[in-house]
Amino acid sequence: MLHERTITELRLGLENGEFSAEELTRHYLSRLEGPSQDINAFITVTGNIALERAKKSDIDRSKGHAGPLSGIPIAHKDVFCTRGVRTSAGSLILDKFIAPYSATVVEKLEQAGAVMLGKTNQDEFAMGSSNENSHYGPVLNPWDRTRVPGGSSGGSAAAVAAGLCAASTGTDTGGSIRQPSSFCGVTGIKPTYGRISRWGIIAYASSLDQAGPITQTAEDAALMLEVMAGHDPKDSTSIAAGVPRYTDSLANPIKGLRIGLCQEYFDEGLDATTGKLIMEAVAVLESQGAVISEVSLSTTRYAVPAYYVIAPAECSANLSRYDGVRFGHRCENPKDLDDLYKRTRSEAFGNEVKQRILVGAFALSTGYYDAYYRKAQQVRRLIRNDFQEAFKTVDLLLSPTAPTPAFRIGEKSDDQVAMYLQDIYTISSNLAGLPAISIPAGIHGHLPTGLQLIGNYLDEARLLNVAHQYQLQTNWHKLSPPAGGTA
Amino acid sequence: MKVTRDVVEKIAELAQLQIPDGELAAVSEKMSRVLDLVEEMQSADTAGIEPMANPLDATQLLRPDVVTEHDQRRLYQDIAPETKDGLYLVPKVID
Repeated sequence: MLHERTITELRLGLENGEFSAEELTRHYLSRLEGPSQDINAFITVTGNIALERAKKSDIDRSKGHAGPLSGIPIAHKDVFCTRGVRTSAGSLILDKFIAPYSATVVEKLEQAGAVMLGKTNQDEFAMGSSNENSHYGPVLNPWDRTRVPGGSSGGSAAAVAAGLCAASTGTDTGGSIRQPSSFCGVTGIKPTYGRISRWGIIAYASSLDQAGPITQTAEDAALMLEVMAGHDPKDSTSIAAGVPRYTDSLANPIKGLRIGLCQEYFDEGLDATTGKLIMEAVAVLESQGAVISEVSLSTTRYAVPAYYVIAPAECSANLSRYDGVRFGHRCENPKDLDDLYKRTRSEAFGNEVKQRILVGAFALSTGYYDAYYRKAQQVRRLIRNDFQEAFKTVDLLLSPTAPTPAFRIGEKSDDQVAMYLQDIYTISSNLAGLPAISIPAGIHGHLPTGLQLIGNYLDEARLLNVAHQYQLQTNWHKLSPPAGGTA
Repeated sequence: MKVTRDVVEKIAELAQLQIPDGELAAVSEKMSRVLDLVEEMQSADTAGIEPMANPLDATQLLRPDVVTEHDQRRLYQDIAPETKDGLYLVPKVID
């Protein structure tokens, strides 16, 4: 089936004339109207735009102008601004917001020939680990429709897993690409902070936010990242370094590669079966010549606390722009300016978003700034130093992506702290700004389990290389969820 | 840290949010739980550690001082709730 093919395979089919971009797009659009769409992975389907783009792609190809992703149907997380298309960030406050411009990432993928099928569901403003915080309702995990797909890029990960698009974009502030990738059995990479432009991505926590691709394989992730990465004059935090051809180094042997297992990521909070599956994956890499050792990152226990100061603080500043004046929702009949601001924000932000704004405003307020925000930023440097020390003895770090497989819908929605601890293995790399990838590494009962690799700054090529070598030896990434999802 | 209802009311005012009276207790309880989680961080020894705002300690890049953007006021105001003569409208502030 076409939707089971990887980007690499689809490119071949398009090049050989086996099918046209229009046929491929129609195939995906019909799936978006079929039984699999019940997982609620999409907020908006852009069928007409997709067909228009696909037809253009076919014409371009006939003239010999095919781009690297020409005709490949993809979906964007609804946090990426898309010109002329609703961009909601999963929030009621942006429910009627039609973006007047496109994010740099969206433009780059369009220039490479990719066909946008639509916008995927997400936790509101990317705040959440289960996709239950969306104004448009929760996304269901295609492997088991009673379970969450993870978050916040839940729609993007579930859509790739369910064969509703060939690849998708996501953003990752504390694990929002990797944890849903792990829960849905797909590949997701969060690059180095600044590797991909943030311009046109609706901001959550600006010093942590980073975009990345979600795909079936590491090879596809390399293809997507080559297009998405690079300096952007419109984002002063984007890194002014050339983009390597990540696909060129995928075949490198990994003999002698030094992999560190962080002791603190195999703690008592880790589900035993997940731990066992990860150690089986370690054995595969060892058999390929990797040298395994244990390392310690003693600052790990400070990561979730520091994150839940820094991220809310930055969100409280970023979300102050939603005031009902320039764009987005405005309350009915405001009696004065104060009422306009307060009622607009209070009726259109969800509970988790309001909660984080309050915590952030508290951490930044007079009398608390030093004890919270400044302290968290100091802790952040300690976490970064810890990683830099580890990278003196190992090339990359390996861990589970999340402590458990996908949990049930509603299971953690009343226990905020339990939800926050979902990101315990992913959050440190955001605080340090390091690249990390999650790849499928086994089945836990009937649910996928993800393995995380964390690399040094700008070492995405090595992460993709190791992930690809692992995928050459295993079949976990080739498994598809059963039709209808088992309960 | 225990967050009192008074603190929640003050912070909500700063954040331009309305918390109905009936929800104040629940919100302060939730905020307290998050701040308890955050408390763990206080035991880290950060003496002499410079706060970190950017992972790569990047500094602001400069660009040539030339005009690169053009006026798009109409485009941007098209999506505003209420505008008039190129201005954004809000309820009257001064009588």
